[in-house]
Amino acid sequence: MHSFELVKPKTLADAVAALADGAQALSGGQTLLPTMKQRLADPGTLVSLTGIPELQGVCQGDAGIIIGGATPHAVVAREAAKYYPGLAALAGQIGDPAVRNRGTIGGSIANNDPSACYPAAVLGSGATIVTNTREIAADDYFLGMFETALEEGEIVTAVKFPVPQKAAYAKFVQPASRFALVGAFVAQFADGVRVAITGASNNGVFRWPEAEAALSASFTPEALKGLTLPADDMIADLHGSAEYRAHLCGVMTKRAVMAAG
Amino acid sequence: MPKDGGIGDSTKRREDIRFLTGKGRYTDDINLRGQAYAYFLRSEVANGRINGIDAKAALAMPGVLAVLTGADFAGMGGNPAGWLINSRNGEPMKEPKRPVLAHGKVRHVGDAYAVVIAETYQQARDAAAAVEADITELPAVVDMAQALADSTNLVHDEIGTNQCFDWGWIEDNRAAVEEAFKNAPHVTTLELTNNRLVPNAMEPRASLADYDAGTGDYKLYTTSQNPHLHRLLIAAFVMGMPENKLTVIAPDVGGGFGSKIYHYGEEAAVLHAAKVLNRPVKWVAERSESFLSDAHGRDHVTKIELATTKDGQFLALRSETMANVGAYLSNFSTATPTFLHGTLMAGPYKTPLVYVNVKTVFTNTAPVDAYRGAGRPEATFSIERIIDKCARELGLDQAEIRRKNLLTPDQFPYTTPVGLVYDTGNYQATLDKMTELADLAGFEARRAESAKRGKLRGLGLSTWIEACGIAPSNLVGVLGARVGLFDAATVRVNATGNISVMTGAHSHGQGHETVFAQIVAEQLGIPATSVEIVHGDTSKIPFGMGSYGSRSLAVAGSAMTKAVDKIIAKGKKIAAHMLEASEDDIEFKDGNFSVAGTDKAKSFGEIAFSAYVPHNYPLESLEPGLEETAFYDPGNFTYPAGAYACEVEVDPDTGKVEIAAFTCADDFGNVMNPMIVNGQVHGGVGQGIGQALLENTSYDENGQLLTGSFMDYAMPRADDVPFYKVDHSCNTPCTHNPLGVKGCGEAGAIGSPPAVVNAVIDALHRGGHTHVSHINMPVSPARVWAAINSK
Ligand SMILES: Cc1cc2nc3c(=O)[nH]c(=O)nc-3n(C[C@H](O)[C@H](O)[C@H](O)COP(=O)(O)OP(=O)(O)OC[C@H]3O[C@@H](n4cnc5c(N)ncnc54)[C@H](O)[C@@H]3O)c2cc1C
Repeated sequence: MHSFELVKPKTLADAVAALADGAQALSGGQTLLPTMKQRLADPGTLVSLTGIPELQGVCQGDAGIIIGGATPHAVVAREAAKYYPGLAALAGQIGDPAVRNRGTIGGSIANNDPSACYPAAVLGSGATIVTNTREIAADDYFLGMFETALEEGEIVTAVKFPVPQKAAYAKFVQPASRFALVGAFVAQFADGVRVAITGASNNGVFRWPEAEAALSASFTPEALKGLTLPADDMIADLHGSAEYRAHLCGVMTKRAVMAAG
Repeated sequence: MPKDGGIGDSTKRREDIRFLTGKGRYTDDINLRGQAYAYFLRSEVANGRINGIDAKAALAMPGVLAVLTGADFAGMGGNPAGWLINSRNGEPMKEPKRPVLAHGKVRHVGDAYAVVIAETYQQARDAAAAVEADITELPAVVDMAQALADSTNLVHDEIGTNQCFDWGWIEDNRAAVEEAFKNAPHVTTLELTNNRLVPNAMEPRASLADYDAGTGDYKLYTTSQNPHLHRLLIAAFVMGMPENKLTVIAPDVGGGFGSKIYHYGEEAAVLHAAKVLNRPVKWVAERSESFLSDAHGRDHVTKIELATTKDGQFLALRSETMANVGAYLSNFSTATPTFLHGTLMAGPYKTPLVYVNVKTVFTNTAPVDAYRGAGRPEATFSIERIIDKCARELGLDQAEIRRKNLLTPDQFPYTTPVGLVYDTGNYQATLDKMTELADLAGFEARRAESAKRGKLRGLGLSTWIEACGIAPSNLVGVLGARVGLFDAATVRVNATGNISVMTGAHSHGQGHETVFAQIVAEQLGIPATSVEIVHGDTSKIPFGMGSYGSRSLAVAGSAMTKAVDKIIAKGKKIAAHMLEASEDDIEFKDGNFSVAGTDKAKSFGEIAFSAYVPHNYPLESLEPGLEETAFYDPGNFTYPAGAYACEVEVDPDTGKVEIAAFTCADDFGNVMNPMIVNGQVHGGVGQGIGQALLENTSYDENGQLLTGSFMDYAMPRADDVPFYKVDHSCNTPCTHNPLGVKGCGEAGAIGSPPAVVNAVIDALHRGGHTHVSHINMPVSPARVWAAINSK
């Protein structure tokens, strides 16, 4: 690791100010610190977001629940359970206890790893990403592998989730990292079903419109029969071919529907 | 009922208290005054010519003390291969020099070519980035078949080939085996790979070197399974100094699995640097360095054939293997695919004719060497997979085909067609025990229940044998070993009756400190708490060969009991004097020396005291003191064997395999501590399940390691393994060592992989996917799914 400065602001305003001159945000550090240890990143100054009360916690809002940007996965798994069990269950499946007690929702969706779990929930719920400057709809936020709509120095302060009638996440783990080899998040709202798939595509998390239409008509595993995704844009690596991932999209979506009940 | 703390008692491991409370003392816990830190520069290309290394800028950086390169070590000896193997045509193997640091050429990603020494580790790392290495990348040799076929692209130009040797075992049997195949009513053929593994000991390799300019003595603290072997290799072969000028200390070591048997260049590099700088120098590997530079395991590509009668009687077995040795010959790398593999190809069976051919191949990958089981897992996997396929082709039951061909108890001692003599065994007994414990009779009901949940259930068996307790020196000498494989112990009875045992074995997780103490306590009739086991320091222990090949108890333990026998013999002499009796009338029992038929007796403690305070002592005929050393060279290998059953559930939609049950019935000879033996079996089977389902080392065609971290290299986790059923009640004690023990450290890793893969294939067949005859390890979800859908 190269040496670096660490700033620990107590307010969002101080954090924004500290980030203004090229510093980098540090949340749970579960992605950033390993890259720094390998000397693949040399941020110079880190601005910790975990000591800012405004960025912490799970609460009920007007149109669903609001999760502070620096809320660890373990807190979401525990405290979102009574409002949005499907989301809490997803948070509880991320990594291991150490990762869940450190890693945060803001860090996860800012990083937008193509195999991460949260992006599926955020996109699959049609959530809204709140930053220090604006609100961004999930559909406009995820721009591809490790790419988001965030500007330089922009901070995810919260994520607002509308709460569906039913929802579930089905994750098939990559055997080594236990990130999602393919994960499917399905959410049934009064006005239709959303399906988001993570882990599979070279373009990162995506929605599956055909499955959404079929499930909106009938929220049953059978409704997905015959639906397939093309393997063209799927990730192919040591852990699975593009065809395998395309196939798993169908299987995991079906299992998510079954789990949602 | 075993005595408390005696032989057969499940005494809790005394060393665990210090390990679990953070009081273990590992190499990195040791810090010497004024120590500097080393960081190694490692090749980023698999094959490259070093045109020059410019360290000027690095040397000018803060804290930097020195930058050493391959040129600084060019005058030193090579790190040798421990076994000389001859090719079928009588030619000796090709043995290119393995230098301390790469010089002229780098030969695998991770090959160290320079070392930066600085005041702090961070400074060394920072400076390493400023070292300018001009290296021209050359095309990499990665695939073994291609390496053999293409003699224009060589890992070592000076040997003119990528083949190390082409070995036949036993060459004289080749023609007879060929003839048997020609005439056989049925022949089963299978091509398979034994996947390459990274050992991944929990503690990475580490070394701390110290040099005393006053005496010229070197001291090396290092992660070693065998400190004397390290001393021998470093002093006599590489650095060229008298052995008595080097002390090697292997303190607590966090696992080895083979990878810490070997001498690696980093050790000689820090020793030399300590002398050059006249300061202690420490190096601790980062996990990524372990992936790149620890000796890997397995990596065989094999074609195996079994000739049988129509009803499944084995007539002959033949295999052709390519074994990867990587870029350099690591110390055991030539023995592992040959004498630890070819000699095991008879398995526990009556197969009358066996022929094994092994070609070892240099590639631009990390060196490959012995890893838990070493050669025997490869042999067992080939045999147990071909038997499984044969049974399926002939429509025979998996247990029946084995039972029909297993050696029977009346056949021992049995000379195999591949040169070993099995002293004893009862393979039917372990098979019966496993059948009962695994409830094979109830399998169909369990399968039906799994099917209701949409899962394909399968059953896989493996009846395995191994040769361990390595090894009779005269025999391995004939086979090409350049070392002896005896072991040694010194038993020092202190004046107040407590005991220090200095053993040549090294414990890096096995629990020797507990078990060895139990054995001495039992022999001497004293509490185990009075016995302390000392290991790992060449300045304290007698010359021993260390721990690997399930040899600690069978070889070093035997030396220890022999030394205790000498203590008892001397004690009798002292007692005879004190009790004014004839030595022949002295009996030793339960810690007391007594005159037969009388109530005259002296306790062990009294005898010890009198040996050190020899006031009433036969000084004219007997030396004072009570300390004895014994060296023990085994008369034969030991042959643990067992029968394993694995049940899996396959999810046909995803290809995911879950181990539903795993049962082991093992014959380890006499068992000294059942709890520790269970632990060894659990760990070994866990590693075997890891190999079978998860672990894979993958290089791309440029020789880049694709699985260089735990993000891509899948280790088994607790929830990947089931609750095991383990039994070791069907014991046939080893006939040629004093404890009757056979060794249990590698068994699980040897017997389990074929049981798992056989179970997966069985599940697929029962589920109607009868076109799948084999899946290479690791049997990952993606591979299972692809196999199911390969029609
Ligand atoms: C062993 C292991 C297993 C894991 N398993 C999983 C898994 O199964 N599923 C899964 O989804 N994830 C997994 N993760 C990832 C983990 O859960 C974290 O979500 C992820 O590492 C990022 O969150 P963080 O809070 O640690 O962010 P950090 O590492 O602190 O930051 C990541 C990036 O986001 C930026 N950033 C952080 N917070 C903000 C913010 N509020 N606004 C803007 N930018 C920000 C940082 O500058 C940095 O570039 C795993 C991680 C590890 C180490």
